[in-house]
Amino acid sequence: MIQTFLNPEIIVASWPIVRAGLLNTVLLSLLVVPLGLIGGLILALLASVKNPAVRWPLMAWVDFFRAFPPLVLLILLFAGLPFAGLELGGFVCVGIAFFLNTGAYYGEILRAGIDSVPAGQIEAARSTGLSRRQAMTYVVLPQAVRNVLPDLLSNTLEVVKLTALGSVVAVPELLYQARQAQSLTYSPTPIVVAAIVYFLMLWPVVRLLSRLENRALARR
Amino acid sequence: MSTWDRFAETFLNATVMHRYLPDILSGVVVTIELALLVVVTGISAGLALALLRSAGIRPLNWLIIGVVDLFRSLPPLVVIVLIYFGLPAAGLGPSGFVSTWLSLAFVLMAFSEEIFWAGITSVDRGQWEAARSTGLSFGQTLLNVVLPQAFRLAIPPLTNRTIAITKGTALGTVVAVTEILGQASSAMSNSYNPSPLMMGAAAYLVLFLPVVVAARFIETRFAWKR
Repeated sequence: MIQTFLNPEIIVASWPIVRAGLLNTVLLSLLVVPLGLIGGLILALLASVKNPAVRWPLMAWVDFFRAFPPLVLLILLFAGLPFAGLELGGFVCVGIAFFLNTGAYYGEILRAGIDSVPAGQIEAARSTGLSRRQAMTYVVLPQAVRNVLPDLLSNTLEVVKLTALGSVVAVPELLYQARQAQSLTYSPTPIVVAAIVYFLMLWPVVRLLSRLENRALARR
Repeated sequence: MSTWDRFAETFLNATVMHRYLPDILSGVVVTIELALLVVVTGISAGLALALLRSAGIRPLNWLIIGVVDLFRSLPPLVVIVLIYFGLPAAGLGPSGFVSTWLSLAFVLMAFSEEIFWAGITSVDRGQWEAARSTGLSFGQTLLNVVLPQAFRLAIPPLTNRTIAITKGTALGTVVAVTEILGQASSAMSNSYNPSPLMMGAAAYLVLFLPVVVAARFIETRFAWKR
């Protein structure tokens, strides 16, 4: 069993390949998390305009991406767009897909956060002479982010996990590299190693989230 | 030919769409089967674990927390690949369908256990004591007093999570499941035309958009008024 799933020789031999993948997963996450946050912030700020002509299309936009599997979006960009003469490469496609998909999720969370800040805060800020933008930046957003911090963290965890989709469009992240190593060694060991690496990397976040959730419940 | 005509000719080609419609429809059936299996087994397993956890047996609880943490940490695609490519080496050869089903069900189980557990613990201790003191058994208290309140709290996060994980049925295409994306991709490479992919995308929207809209309604409906 150990010989098959955690073969020491194969671990040693495939580690450089898997390690390169880990590095790329970290870099990819550092790219797509801010990208998704920016997308989400744009959506949330637009949604804070209480105009139905803005709010309804936004809601439709968010629901669209909540309904659309991210992998389908990725394949559409990667395999569909070349037919329109636009070849973007796996990496760029992952960036765009995450901007759209995770942006919608971050947007929902930030919108809920902004809604959770009482209107009196904005009125008070405005009456002290802050402009609308200043009130948003210095008064509303900091409180909004703090109120939904567990949700933001939870979504960020999902985004990092989602980078594994990059393997489908040949972005050499952790899962892709592990599968390369698997086909080179004819052994499932590299995939098991990749799973262990994912677990070690993300388990602390899961623990932290559990504690934050319990604390939120205790406060109720 | 105008730009739009050329676009339509490529991405919404009627001949190609007509030809591959049956394939996409068979993919829709597989996706629905897979999704229902995942939802039913995943949520019931999660509920079962949360109930087990409420019994308060220490070593058992550690085991449950360990399993839940594991499936919350691993990307679903990694679990699918692990089961599909790993288990044959142990003499078991689950099909792509079974691998995808098991993986997504495990992931949904983990998330729903956490959500149900949070719901159960949110019910005030005094309610347990009051219910027990009226003569209800542990099981009766759980079933008639605690769970109805826990469910109500669990529904909004649960619908959200369930949709997110059920969309993951598209991941099955990586292990050759003939669901919508799988059918659409192979139809695209056979016809060298992206129209089947557009059909697949539309099929996903037809399937999931009503669920998302319903979830939005349920969320506001069940939201606890403070």
